[in-house]
Amino acid sequence: MIAIVDYHAGNLTSVRLAFQALGCAASVTSSPDEIRAADRVVFPGVGAAYAAMENLRSLGLVEAVREAAVTKPFLGICLGMQILFEHSEEDGGVNLLGVLPGRVRRFPNVPGCKVPEIGWNEIEANDPRGFVRTYEEYYFVHSYYAELNPCTVATAGYSGVNFTAAVRKGDLFACQFHPEKSGKLGLKLLRCFVQTPSTEGRS
Amino acid sequence: MLKKRIIPCLDVRGGRVTKGVRFQNNVDLGDPVEMAVAYSDGGADELVFYDITASAEHRPIDIGMVSEVARTIRIPFAVGGGISTLADMERVILAGAEKISVNSLAVQNPQVIAEGAREFGNQCIVLGMDPVQTEDHTRCPSGYEITTRGFREHSGIDAVEWAKRAVELGAGEIVVNSVDADGTQSGFELTVTRLIAEAVDVPVVASGGAGCAEHIRDAFRIAHADAAIVAGILHTGRTTIRQLKDALHADGIPVRMTW
Repeated sequence: MIAIVDYHAGNLTSVRLAFQALGCAASVTSSPDEIRAADRVVFPGVGAAYAAMENLRSLGLVEAVREAAVTKPFLGICLGMQILFEHSEEDGGVNLLGVLPGRVRRFPNVPGCKVPEIGWNEIEANDPRGFVRTYEEYYFVHSYYAELNPCTVATAGYSGVNFTAAVRKGDLFACQFHPEKSGKLGLKLLRCFVQTPSTEGRS
Repeated sequence: MLKKRIIPCLDVRGGRVTKGVRFQNNVDLGDPVEMAVAYSDGGADELVFYDITASAEHRPIDIGMVSEVARTIRIPFAVGGGISTLADMERVILAGAEKISVNSLAVQNPQVIAEGAREFGNQCIVLGMDPVQTEDHTRCPSGYEITTRGFREHSGIDAVEWAKRAVELGAGEIVVNSVDADGTQSGFELTVTRLIAEAVDVPVVASGGAGCAEHIRDAFRIAHADAAIVAGILHTGRTTIRQLKDALHADGIPVRMTW
């Protein structure tokens, strides 16, 4: 079973529908027990980092999400990727989950580059499990980005910054873009996530 | 590099996609879900649906259609028309739309932009505007005035001032649909599009007047738009997204070429 974590950070309909389109059973849940029981965990999110961290705390999800991120196939999307890092400069500075090493920063204002970045951007990738590949284009919507770090497996450029488009750490894969809104390529990525066996020997 | 977006626009009337010139002489073009699939498969980067009669008929937008589109396609889409309350916005978002487009209603009640942005995030709130050229430079220093209710009413509001105000309130994107160019297929109104693209720091979408790839290129290169809405020339089969993108790509415009 796939658990899609609902921590009141944005709309989960598209993520749910994308897994439905793949014929995968996925349940949207705010229950730590369901997240612990799930085979795979999807951690989406849109919105502000501070509010999202507060929601995770008040729903009692911090430990369950941290644990899932290091023990089972785990997919972070957009804000759900950013929250895995250590710190964000959003909202005057927010401490995040610290599952991944690195910081989240705001795009600088550069003439001709609007913030948020909205639209399809091309990535350069080096993912050992081939979830994403160089030259693929995915749909991004974000004002903040994760700096390059040892877990970065894909990058993209915007506003004069080369930023983290995707990260991997064992069975954890997380992306800044929205696979659920990225057409056939996005579905291919979600299928990889669903089908790739865990290196920990779990399914 | 971020790609410039091509966004087919589907005007929906009574559950069917229609197309008219300046909101008149509407012709039936097909089923919205079938057309959404065809455009998504054909390389559209995003879609926008306007329920063009919802507002005039004082009824909410057709949520069944929004849900069906969300279930069927995997690219982002925006929905507008008949959205007058936060509850309407929530229904559209929960049905699976990526963005909500507000237009006339936001002119009457600008706070709806702020409320929507607070609730769903700026990226969800698109301000659609229908500017028309005006001689009244006292009230509208930019030379462009906002019209509402399908171009029928003149608001006396300056288009550039309105764009700036909407962004301050929380609009995450602005669609500039020129009344003068709409449906003419003789090119986007580059002046007003550029004025607004230079006045705000959120993405601006050129709308109204697309007749060929060169028009779209000019919207990007001359008017500095981030995306372009295309309707009639696609709906009638005069060209395809593939043909438009091939021409733009050959012209050095960054567009998404594989899908």
